[in-house]
Amino acid sequence: MALKMVKGSIDRMFDKNLQDLVRGIRNHKEDEAKYISQCIDEIKQELKQDNIAVKANAVCKLTYLQMLGYDISWAAFNIIEVMSASKFTFKRIGYLAASQSFHEGTDVIMLTTNQIRKDLNSPSQYDTGVALTGLSCFVTPDLARDLANDIMTLMSHTKPYIRKKAVLIMYKVFLKYPESLRPAFPRLKEKLEDPDPGVQSAAVNVICELARRNPKNYLSLAPLFFKLMTSSTNNWVLIKIIKLFGALTPLEPRLGKKLIEPLTNLIHSTSAMSLLYECVNTVIAVLISLSSGMPNHSASIQLCVQKLRILIEDSDQNLKYLGLLAMSKILKTHPKSVQSHKDLILQCLDDKDESIRLRALDLLYGMVSKKNLMEIVKKLMTHVDKAEGTTYRDELLTKIIDICSQSNYQHITNFEWYISILVELTRLEGTRHGHLIAAQMLDVAIRVKAIRKFAVSQMSSLLDSAHLVASSTQRNGICEVLYAAAWICGEFSEHLQEPHHTLEAMLRPKVTTLPGHIQAVYVQNVVKLYASILQQKEQASEMEAAQAVTQLMVDRLPQFVQSADLEVQERASCILQLVKHVQKLQAKGMPVAEEVSALFAGELNPVAPKAQKKVPVPEGLDLDAWINEPLSDSESEDEKPKAMFHEEEQRHAKHRPPEVDEEELARRREARKQEQANNPFYIKSSPSPQKRYQDAPGVEHIPVVQIDLSVPLKVPGLPLSDQYVKLEEERRHRQKLEKDKRRRKKKDKEKKGKRRHSSLPTESDEDIAPAQQVDIITEEMPENALPSDEDDKDPNDPYRALDIDLDKPLADSEKLPVQKHRDTETSKSPEKENVAVVEKKSKKPKKKEKKHKEKEREKEKKKEKKKGEDLDFWLSTTPPPATLPSTDTLSANTSIVADPKDELEELEREAQDEEDDEDQDQERKSSKHKKKKHKKEKEERSKDKKRSRKKPPGSEEAAGEPVQNGTLEEGPLPPMSSYSLLAENSYIKMMYDVQGSLQRDSQVTVAIILENRSSSFLKNMELNVLDSLNAKMARPEGASVHDGVPVPFQLPPGVSNEAQFVFTIQSIVMAQKLKGTLSFIAKDDDGATHEKLDFKLHFSCSSYLTTTPCYSDSFAKLLESGDLSMSSIRVDGITMSFQNLLTKISFHHHFSVVERVDSCASMYSRSIQGHHICLLVKKGENSVSVDGKCTDATLLNNLLEEMKTTLATC
Amino acid sequence: MIQAILVFNNHGKPRLVRFYQRFPEEIQQQIVRETFHLVLKRDDNICNFLEGGSLIGGSDYKLIYRHYATLYFVFCVDSSESELGILDLIQVFVETLDKCFENVCELDLIFHMDKVHYILQEVVMGGMVLETNMNEIVAQIESQNRLEKSEGGLSAAPARAVSAVKNINLPEIPRNINIGDLNIKVPNLSQFV
Repeated sequence: MALKMVKGSIDRMFDKNLQDLVRGIRNHKEDEAKYISQCIDEIKQELKQDNIAVKANAVCKLTYLQMLGYDISWAAFNIIEVMSASKFTFKRIGYLAASQSFHEGTDVIMLTTNQIRKDLNSPSQYDTGVALTGLSCFVTPDLARDLANDIMTLMSHTKPYIRKKAVLIMYKVFLKYPESLRPAFPRLKEKLEDPDPGVQSAAVNVICELARRNPKNYLSLAPLFFKLMTSSTNNWVLIKIIKLFGALTPLEPRLGKKLIEPLTNLIHSTSAMSLLYECVNTVIAVLISLSSGMPNHSASIQLCVQKLRILIEDSDQNLKYLGLLAMSKILKTHPKSVQSHKDLILQCLDDKDESIRLRALDLLYGMVSKKNLMEIVKKLMTHVDKAEGTTYRDELLTKIIDICSQSNYQHITNFEWYISILVELTRLEGTRHGHLIAAQMLDVAIRVKAIRKFAVSQMSSLLDSAHLVASSTQRNGICEVLYAAAWICGEFSEHLQEPHHTLEAMLRPKVTTLPGHIQAVYVQNVVKLYASILQQKEQASEMEAAQAVTQLMVDRLPQFVQSADLEVQERASCILQLVKHVQKLQAKGMPVAEEVSALFAGELNPVAPKAQKKVPVPEGLDLDAWINEPLSDSESEDEKPKAMFHEEEQRHAKHRPPEVDEEELARRREARKQEQANNPFYIKSSPSPQKRYQDAPGVEHIPVVQIDLSVPLKVPGLPLSDQYVKLEEERRHRQKLEKDKRRRKKKDKEKKGKRRHSSLPTESDEDIAPAQQVDIITEEMPENALPSDEDDKDPNDPYRALDIDLDKPLADSEKLPVQKHRDTETSKSPEKENVAVVEKKSKKPKKKEKKHKEKEREKEKKKEKKKGEDLDFWLSTTPPPATLPSTDTLSANTSIVADPKDELEELEREAQDEEDDEDQDQERKSSKHKKKKHKKEKEERSKDKKRSRKKPPGSEEAAGEPVQNGTLEEGPLPPMSSYSLLAENSYIKMMYDVQGSLQRDSQVTVAIILENRSSSFLKNMELNVLDSLNAKMARPEGASVHDGVPVPFQLPPGVSNEAQFVFTIQSIVMAQKLKGTLSFIAKDDDGATHEKLDFKLHFSCSSYLTTTPCYSDSFAKLLESGDLSMSSIRVDGITMSFQNLLTKISFHHHFSVVERVDSCASMYSRSIQGHHICLLVKKGENSVSVDGKCTDATLLNNLLEEMKTTLATC
Repeated sequence: MIQAILVFNNHGKPRLVRFYQRFPEEIQQQIVRETFHLVLKRDDNICNFLEGGSLIGGSDYKLIYRHYATLYFVFCVDSSESELGILDLIQVFVETLDKCFENVCELDLIFHMDKVHYILQEVVMGGMVLETNMNEIVAQIESQNRLEKSEGGLSAAPARAVSAVKNINLPEIPRNINIGDLNIKVPNLSQFV
């Protein structure tokens, strides 16, 4: 045996380890693949051995090979073997390999369930950790279902390291096993307030991810997140929450209103660019959601734009990029505020960084207006000339087109200018967007009637110079514009100045080098052109000229008949025969023009791209049903195209002679019209004055075009778009002058001129009248088209399954599957997120009678309803002060009022209001009344709020807690304040409050409110404390222990403000006092005096406690564990109600109620150093007894003493 | 969510490939290549964000990268992540590597891919950010290393001696590919708490 061991280890000496493998691969650069396949063979040998170390080593190497692209799925079973090794070293290797290579298709993955469960429940936190990490990468629906319960238990593990991993992996579990979401959610929610920042951040992460997909289900969490947002200092968490709010606000505009202020504060105060950026982003989202409802947020918009400008001007390209990105969001709703930064954005177009230039281009899209379009496009055109690299130039090109064509050419005042821009763009070499330009030309020419004449003249000159464009056919798509040019010239040939010239240009031999589809259009439009020339000539009775044209056609068309492109060939041969026939008729001296033009009678209209899709299926039509019995396959095969050149004759034979008599034609046309009118699929034609066959009414919806000839239709010389810009300027100037004149006249009439805005000579968008009165024909849609636009929902979205209502109470059936031998009762997990319900809940599982259960459910339902109202309530008001036990959900938004006296008054006043509200609530009165009231209140309060905005981050947490725990049964308590008097003299009054810090052990924050009660100006305030061995004040770096800490503000007379100081405490088991001095300079009209005020800071033991929620099951475990020492007190003569008593303890000593039965309650708290403190509070007739258990006896005794003092005042 | 984390050198050789969504191996390699070509084209003084490549994601995804001397660290993330936050996270990751390897250089990543993975696992888990506090990350790594040491590690002492012998005949291994100045920071970005 021993020998075997030795032999094994000697063998192993010559095995390659990972480093050897890497080294080997580097040394075999030439034959890497061969070397690796050799290594894989070795690995296969190693995997066959029994020694787990050898196997682990082999698997480790495989992981490396996987990175290089080798499939290692064949080793899946060996990987599982290594995962199940007992040593952490090997286990970790196994899980890593699994996380890299396992996926849902890996069949052996089902073998891992028990191994993973074992590791999850392992006593070693790293075994658990490694299993969680691995599982997060390869969790399958089966694994998720089987392990969900184990993972959920881990969410309350004692080690934060495990807790945070367990929380995070829950997201993956939810994705794979959506049923687990509801049972697990309460605990997840509870983790939002975990004392460990890592766990908290993980929970925020998961909920944000969930909420991003289905935001509406998470609206009810808004108050909680709001509280976190105002209290958290972790930027990562803040960013996540703020992003989440960005997703929630579109659903609930009231939330947005609430957010604006804290977000603005953050924007002002944070130094972290990442946070600033996200805040701005969310404010933008809020503003967008409010854009219709709220008139006045211009200050916020201005702030955002300002901050973004700073980002954009920054030398850091990243900030610049993001700034532009966010700017484009503002643009959508508040284009005006962005437009003022046009200079900056145009500057960015010159940036060396292409990403930034592209972002700037995006912005331009929304910044154009009628006023500046020409200018911006001009600038872009110069960039097009300068741009190197076709990608960017193409991007510019598409942007120019996008900008001009946006919302139905809304910003274009002069279409001639636009056409000439398009023509200029055709001179671009090497672009791939010829078809885009072509599409624009067609669209404009078809839809803007007034421009046709101009367009046609431009297009004909384009056709004339086609050789320039076509010369580069092979390389790019710019020749596509010829497609448009040919079609426009053909279709609107009546506008052509020299049709004959254009006809010749289109029949040039060079044309045959163009792509087939363009030639096809050429051929078709040549005939249109021909038809209109014929007509002209015949009207002028120039029969010879007409014949000459026909001859030209007969001569030139054969070049197309020989085309390799079928379409061209077909059209050309067809037309050639037609023309030959016409020639014959002409020879007989017959007029033919009318018949030929009849071929192209009627006008083509633009059709919206989705029109066909939107045609509703008529009733009774089944599109899937067979119309005829399906034919056998063989038949369809027979219809092969026969020899091409025979067809000519055939067609000739079939060709219908054009001389069908007039009446017959008219009759048929009438019939067709009738049919078309009833046929929704048919695109209606519109009357065209130039065409001969004018129609009966029925198409008046095509707008009539008037041309305002204030601009000459033809610009002398080359139609450079620049000239249009000049002309446009002149035109506008003229217009303005005229308007001014008119205005002056008006003003003279109404001499007082009350309307100030009209006297401003600025030119707004609306003032600019378009050069041409252009009615743009809208694209046609079938009648009764369905307006639905749900084309883009993906039914396979994995996040759909997670669209689950989380506010509904859990049904009994909704439990995570638990392994059978386990008692379900033991994992009594919190099923309701509200701590207040815990007591009810804990009884619940024991009850067997159905009736009772139903009652419970009803109660919960009520509760739920209540919750919905609560959210409304939270949203509709500034939250009530912390001291009132009236609402379940409470936000952290409570503003600390500047003057403590005021504060008390305020609290009292609010207490009354609150009472009223509650009554109303119970009476189920409409909430409208409530809202009104709160609005008033809000106004009142906002006055005070302005005075001080700072608030201690901890205070509202502590303040919020008792309220959460309280129930609504009893009368209100007098308002409580956690602030107590520190010291005062004639100059200043100091109030203070001590809060344990959740984030760091052994630190407490002392918040001191300083109130200037003199008429002097107080400045240079400095606070100094004599440090004791146990407690030290945190001073700025480099300061000695004798230096004071400056107060970061000055106090004008009558003003108060709050400053915070951090103290480090070593031992917290005893209360202690620190002596200190506040020194300051009081300055008034007579001069300045140096003043001092001594004080004693009292750190009570309670101030080291942080309110931490605890559930009855973990509470019971804690008590059972037996390492707690016990002590008790008893106070007599207490008359206060038990509820209020509890609230008081919760508030002053930072406890939370775990469970309450009649006049007995258990309470829990935790010290900043992690001591658990459990209390059992019992109320007798006139007395209260408190039994305490705590990990530290001294701490407990001191605490109970403090409690005694509190209770004695009750 | 983070979709993928890729580390490769100036020549596109992968040093760490971590996908949080299943892609077959050859697609993974393709993505690495594509990403490398996208990133390589970019100067060092232009912004660190890229619209996602065609293979991962779509318009919702962004590539956020940093370039340190010989290595590119690329994170492919969706719109739920903050761009500047991820830049900071890359910095945290690299600084953690620097602490754990004591002056990290490309060679450390080449020969200790497994360890780099273990470090990454403490930063990102299943595509979600687990921890941003460097001290916490380093503490966890160190205590895991201690645990591994107490178990005797993967290869015991004799094997190491052998590997030293095997090393003798190797051509020189470049020693000085340092990851470079870790302190190239985006100005004004404050670290996470």
